[in-house]
Amino acid sequence: METFIHLTVAGLTNGMILALAALGFVLIYKATDVINFAQGEFLMVGAYLIYAFIVQFGMPWTVSVVLTLALAVVIGVVVERFVLRPLIGEPIISIIMVTIGLSSLMRAIVSMIWGNQPKAMPPFIPSQPVRLGPAVVTADRLWAIAVAVLMLVLFALFFRYYKEGIAMRAVADDQQAAMSMGISVRRIFAWAWSISAMVAAVAGALVANIVGVGPELAGFGLRVFPVVILGGLDSIPGALLGGIIIGLIESYVGGYVGHGLHQVIAFVVLVLILMVKPYGLFGQERIERV
Amino acid sequence: MPEPNGQPLLQLNNIEVIYDRVILVLKGLSLEVHKGQIVALLGANGAGKTTTLKAISGLLKPERGEVTDGSILYNGEPIQNQYPEDIVRKGIFQVMEGRRIFEHLTVEENLLVGAYTRRDRHNIRKDMDMVYAYFPRLKERRHQVAGYLSGGEQQMLAIGRALMARPRLMLLDEPSLGLAPLLVMEIFNIIKRINQEQGTTILLVEQNANIALQIADYAYIMENGRVVLDGTPEVLRENPDVREFYLGLTEVGKRKSYREVKHYKRRKRWLT
Ligand SMILES: Nc1ncnc2c1ncn2[C@@H]1O[C@H](COP(=O)(O)OP(=O)(O)OP(=O)(O)O)[C@@H](O)[C@H]1O
Ligand SMILES: [Mg+2]
Repeated sequence: METFIHLTVAGLTNGMILALAALGFVLIYKATDVINFAQGEFLMVGAYLIYAFIVQFGMPWTVSVVLTLALAVVIGVVVERFVLRPLIGEPIISIIMVTIGLSSLMRAIVSMIWGNQPKAMPPFIPSQPVRLGPAVVTADRLWAIAVAVLMLVLFALFFRYYKEGIAMRAVADDQQAAMSMGISVRRIFAWAWSISAMVAAVAGALVANIVGVGPELAGFGLRVFPVVILGGLDSIPGALLGGIIIGLIESYVGGYVGHGLHQVIAFVVLVLILMVKPYGLFGQERIERV
Repeated sequence: MPEPNGQPLLQLNNIEVIYDRVILVLKGLSLEVHKGQIVALLGANGAGKTTTLKAISGLLKPERGEVTDGSILYNGEPIQNQYPEDIVRKGIFQVMEGRRIFEHLTVEENLLVGAYTRRDRHNIRKDMDMVYAYFPRLKERRHQVAGYLSGGEQQMLAIGRALMARPRLMLLDEPSLGLAPLLVMEIFNIIKRINQEQGTTILLVEQNANIALQIADYAYIMENGRVVLDGTPEVLRENPDVREFYLGLTEVGKRKSYREVKHYKRRKRWLT
């Protein structure tokens, strides 16, 4: 039972962080039709930024978080404006190539500034032990789950009630019709990229707090793909559920089975589910009236 | 009917539209819309009606279309080749062909998106009630996802959504498309009411010339990128070409004769 609780908490933490990273990915795909292969690098940059502000500049974590988020927004806007916007109307394959190029570029910049050595991060989220029934877990994991849940709730509210959030869904539905409403699609794209960079940065900060920073964080971002394919590329609830499922399964398999199986189990599950639901669990099929 | 004198609200002077830098679609089209009028723009498939509306609303841009000659004046100010978001803010709103409602948004959210450019956010509730007054069926379904509305309800939503922007000039592209005759009547009556009660000027594109001429104050007939005929509905309805080609009325009992040939020639003349 104790092991089970441990594994569940660890799986949920990973799962929620994965869900956040996946959310950023889904957002860009939904609003702009771009498959962003640099999502993992956005996460990595977020982690390095929080590291820089807290460790290198010695700022309090509150200020650091705000600065990290602000910089993430700037990066999102810059990427949209100078990398993606010139490509509007180009074939999808060129855009995919560009996001792959962007991911290499971001890795290169990060290794130029911070080098290739992993760095330890003094945890900035309280990590005292907490008793959960028979098991004891550290508080930072619970905090990570809480922060992720909070972000997801904010997201849901943004898309349901805020003018720009509803406009973003309209753009995702029918770009030209949205233009005819007076919505600036360029502006919505900028919104999508900056929000996406922001959630990726939050995910990055949460990961950094638990495992420190290093170039391999971008690889954590790669694990977003099984999550979004599982949940459906364009589904926000799908990203959430996909993250949790994959986080938990990896954790249980790693704990009870071992032998490195947990590293591939996500893909096994993925293939099994796609055989039954080719659009992913929540992928949007077009509405067809009957 | 308001005076068609003075400065028109909208004026197209000899405009030329080219897609993809090579496909010439509008070849010197001119028309005028005066404040408070309903003006119908009629023509066969591919005549360039939709292109004309998109040239006005700025929606040509994303389709690689461009106004390459002539001018589009709104209140005397040139507006050609501007971004649609700027044109909507000036008070021109296009209801696109095929309804184009946001399928995954609810009816109410669709209406809110229509009000996207509004600055007076506090009046939005009130205007939503106005839309529901015109289209009570939308009110019943306001929390429903719009993709599941019937075709007629979707057309109502498309018009209601336009009303939410409180435009001064509404461009309607084939509102009768794919609707049963009774519903077409209902929707055209409401368009007329909107024109009278809200003072919205309307430029109406239609293939259904019959119904369009019933509510229009003035009409243009275009073929192949140009206006070939214009006049009040009374005058146009008496024109034999219009009767034959657009209203589907032929002189009963007359055999194919010299008349037909003459029509054909006249039609040929339009086409060149
Ligand atoms: N984006 C585009 N690129 C190239 N050609 C286009 C484009 N849009 C329209 N055309 C061409 O312009 C011509 C006029 O099209 P338009 O849609 O304006 O006609 P329409 O009068 O609205 O016809 P319909 O009654 O069928 O809607 C057609 O020959 C069409 O093929
Ligand atoms: Mg058309």
